[in-house]
Amino acid sequence: MPLRRVSRTLLGAVGLIALVVLAAACAPNATQDTLKPAGPYAEKIDNLFRPVFWIATAVFVVVEGLLLYLAVRYRHRKGRREIPPQVHGNQRLEIAWTIVPAILLVGVAIPTVSGIYALAARPSGQVLDVNVIGHQWWWEFDYPGLDVNTANVLHIPVGQPVYLSLCAAGAGYEEQPAPHGCLEEATNVGDSVIHSFWVPRLGGKQDVVPGRTNHLVLEADRPGTYTGQCAEFCGLSHADMRLKVIAQPRDEFDAWVLAQQADAPTPAGGSLAATGLEVFNGQCIACHAVQGNPQAVNIGGPNLTHLMSRDCFAGCIFDMTRANLASWLKDPSAVKGGVPGGASMPDYNLTDEEIRALVAYLMTLK
Amino acid sequence: MATVSVPAEGARGGLLRRPTATTGFWSWITTVDHKRIGILYGITAFAFFLIGGIEALFIRLQLAQPNGKILSASTYNEFFTMHGVTMIFLVVMPLSAAFFNYFIPLQIGARDVAFPRLNAFTYWAFLAGGLFIYSGFFLGGAPNGGWFGYAPLSTVEPGNNMLFYALGLLMTGIASTASAMNLAVTIINMRAPGMTMFRMPVFMWMALVVQLLLAFALPIITVGLFQMLFDRRFGTHFFDPAAGGDPVLWQHMFWLFGHPEVYILVLPAMGIVSEVLPVFARKPLFGYQFVVFSGIAIGFIGFGVWAHHMFAVGLGPVANTAFGISTMIIAVPTGVKIFNWMGTLWKGDIRFTTPMLFAVAFIGQFVVGGLSGVTHAVVPADYQQTDTYYIVAHFHYVLFGGAIFGLFSGVYYWWPKVFGRMLDERIGKLNFWLMVIGFNLTFGPMHILGLQGMPRRIQTYPPTLGLGVWNLVATIGAFIIATSVLIFLLNAIASFRRPRDAAADPWDARTLEWSVSSPPPAYNFEEIPVVHSLDELWHRKYAETEGGIVVPVPAGGAGTDPAHGPGSAGPEGHGAGGHAIHLPGPSYFPVVAALGLPLIGYGVIFHMWMAVAGAIVLLVGVYGWAIEPTSE
Repeated sequence: MPLRRVSRTLLGAVGLIALVVLAAACAPNATQDTLKPAGPYAEKIDNLFRPVFWIATAVFVVVEGLLLYLAVRYRHRKGRREIPPQVHGNQRLEIAWTIVPAILLVGVAIPTVSGIYALAARPSGQVLDVNVIGHQWWWEFDYPGLDVNTANVLHIPVGQPVYLSLCAAGAGYEEQPAPHGCLEEATNVGDSVIHSFWVPRLGGKQDVVPGRTNHLVLEADRPGTYTGQCAEFCGLSHADMRLKVIAQPRDEFDAWVLAQQADAPTPAGGSLAATGLEVFNGQCIACHAVQGNPQAVNIGGPNLTHLMSRDCFAGCIFDMTRANLASWLKDPSAVKGGVPGGASMPDYNLTDEEIRALVAYLMTLK
Repeated sequence: MATVSVPAEGARGGLLRRPTATTGFWSWITTVDHKRIGILYGITAFAFFLIGGIEALFIRLQLAQPNGKILSASTYNEFFTMHGVTMIFLVVMPLSAAFFNYFIPLQIGARDVAFPRLNAFTYWAFLAGGLFIYSGFFLGGAPNGGWFGYAPLSTVEPGNNMLFYALGLLMTGIASTASAMNLAVTIINMRAPGMTMFRMPVFMWMALVVQLLLAFALPIITVGLFQMLFDRRFGTHFFDPAAGGDPVLWQHMFWLFGHPEVYILVLPAMGIVSEVLPVFARKPLFGYQFVVFSGIAIGFIGFGVWAHHMFAVGLGPVANTAFGISTMIIAVPTGVKIFNWMGTLWKGDIRFTTPMLFAVAFIGQFVVGGLSGVTHAVVPADYQQTDTYYIVAHFHYVLFGGAIFGLFSGVYYWWPKVFGRMLDERIGKLNFWLMVIGFNLTFGPMHILGLQGMPRRIQTYPPTLGLGVWNLVATIGAFIIATSVLIFLLNAIASFRRPRDAAADPWDARTLEWSVSSPPPAYNFEEIPVVHSLDELWHRKYAETEGGIVVPVPAGGAGTDPAHGPGSAGPEGHGAGGHAIHLPGPSYFPVVAALGLPLIGYGVIFHMWMAVAGAIVLLVGVYGWAIEPTSE
């Protein structure tokens, strides 16, 4: 009796979907869950999605239920020989099932449009500006006016809207180290590609497009760490272009800003870290800036002045540990992407000795 | 125009003699018979379906658990790109083309398509393009920038990978464009006497709409692909912002093609379902005109929704509002179709054969894809959903749960007509149930994964995101789908191990292709039928009393024998067995011309002299084609 199986399977499918929705609601550590907004902008989206989801669910139940009913009710019965009446249609029904969905959609469209405009505006009042620069494959965060430049871990104060200006940078950008160049001059972007900035619990995503400056507003209404990642395919290590947002109470955030503004110390002569600094100044300054180190001014790679204040590195895929730093410096592409070119940072064929010294120096960049 | 060609006056010999083989290898290489070309399209598309499926299985294995190590990042990127390129351009499009080729002449009562040699050329150009793209795997790297090939990633990344993409898709684009013209002309001009537009089967209507969509959408992607090619190979800067170009230009061009493409993929399946449901519900399609007009409306509005793929690009609130609303509007005609299919089932006498099961599942699953589509039209919600697995779930419900299920319905429905053999119903049902379960298990959980924050196109994810469980479920589902496809393959093979057993009209169907033998003779119709109504064949078999009771027309009575009854026009056929019906002669030149295309492609990538050689081959093909004698 295939019919009974049809109905059983379809019922099973409906049950499965219900189960799935339930399970989604209580998934454990889903740190990027769009259904758990942690700020007013993500919430605005969630408040739009939820009613539409339930309308869609209602339509789903009605339509699938009807389909199931028709399939069971009008299945062929053994022995039936007469041919059903040849009904060709019904104008009234046609009009009804054109108009009813249209009305439902008008109901959906109105809040949609107001939502689009609400999210597009720069918020009024006290707003923190942050420039986000997407690189292959890491995030640069620049706080204009605060003289803070960091990577992969974005600090924001709780309860204040953060107005992000997003742009992309690539290889050509390294050669012209104008600070935040691509924001002021849209053509200075080098061989950059498109990324998309996304921290699901704080807001929707916004593409980071070479040659354009896009904007996105985030806000966290409670302290916490929120993960995000690049959501537009950007090449080999797209999956390894992650980030963290740390939302802090105002005073903690201010303290963090103050600490970030300080110069890095110079290690005491004769220490392992001092040897590390020599290695650093020999190789790493080609791309990495360290405030307080007059030789390290290039900004193609992440600014390392306060590297140790971040708890992850390399597109936020490694915890900031001595061992991770050492294996990264040994051969970056071996641990990121697993293929040559997986990391933009080249392999400098450093000896174990050099790596040990270099890590010791990096550990001083608090 | 060569349905019935005049015999050549003193056929010329020599180099330009037309091939004569009617069986064996060369007869297939040189064939211009729309039915054989349809079979070639179908088999090739199915082979690519298996390859694209294997790529999908690797993708699912890699993602089954966090920190997967099955594929390297570079191989993963090639596999997901090729999975998309394959399934869209090398599976669903040509599989639809297979049905179009085979059934357009048979359903409109013609003996072939308008331009039979052009038809052969489109198949060989499609095959050349498909093999060309895949040859990248052996020549330094297959396409790896996504099926959507976003610039500037596609233009600045090192390697020839995306050149194989641009050039290969240009070749399949040539095939599709030529085919679109050919088939549109066929439907418009070659309908049998009496077959007005509104007596055409809905599948013919959807075929016509698809050809028009192709004709208008393909030129856009063609221009885009040339721009990509020139940016990569010849130093132009269409998409390079540093030189005043704009990467977003590619996105507009791609999606202005890409969204009509979605309907190019799904309308054929909608047409098939509109044929299958009436046959097995034993009722005419409910609201024929509404189904036709909603199909036309979908095709038309389909050109006005492209930027809903770009809500997060930063086009501004005005554009996002406009495209959000147009996307909602397109849901209306889609809903009309769904309700009319359900109206067809209403008060029917539904026989749940395998094709019917696939058709009903198509409706159920397409509804899910449509509803999730409406949630994307809620633009702010799409800021969360776009580029996540929620989208992956959505379009697989449309393109797999919809298009592929519809095409499988068509395969089971028309298999007896094409091969003269029934597919086993018990194996078919097993195939169906495994595919339904596997499909929903694979793609249902992806809705959740997307909402939980899993982006698309990532080759790995950390365990901390809590995505492992549903990914594992999806992977299990994928292997159930693979099992169901293998079962289909067994069913197909088994059918050839049996003698031919299919009657001309095994399903008690309603349209003209079932009025001729299974498989049909080379000339399709001994005499061109004269059409008196929609569902012509049904009306030859059944009559309605005044009270609406349907009674069979007594056997042997007037009009029962479609080939010889009064419904046949005299002048074109000449006696029994079709001996005097002249069919277009086979030709070497379509395949020669198509062979020039990949040579030109390799030339652009490697050495220009190869391109010159390819151009010569192409010209030889085209000129030979033009001057060969009409027939032997």
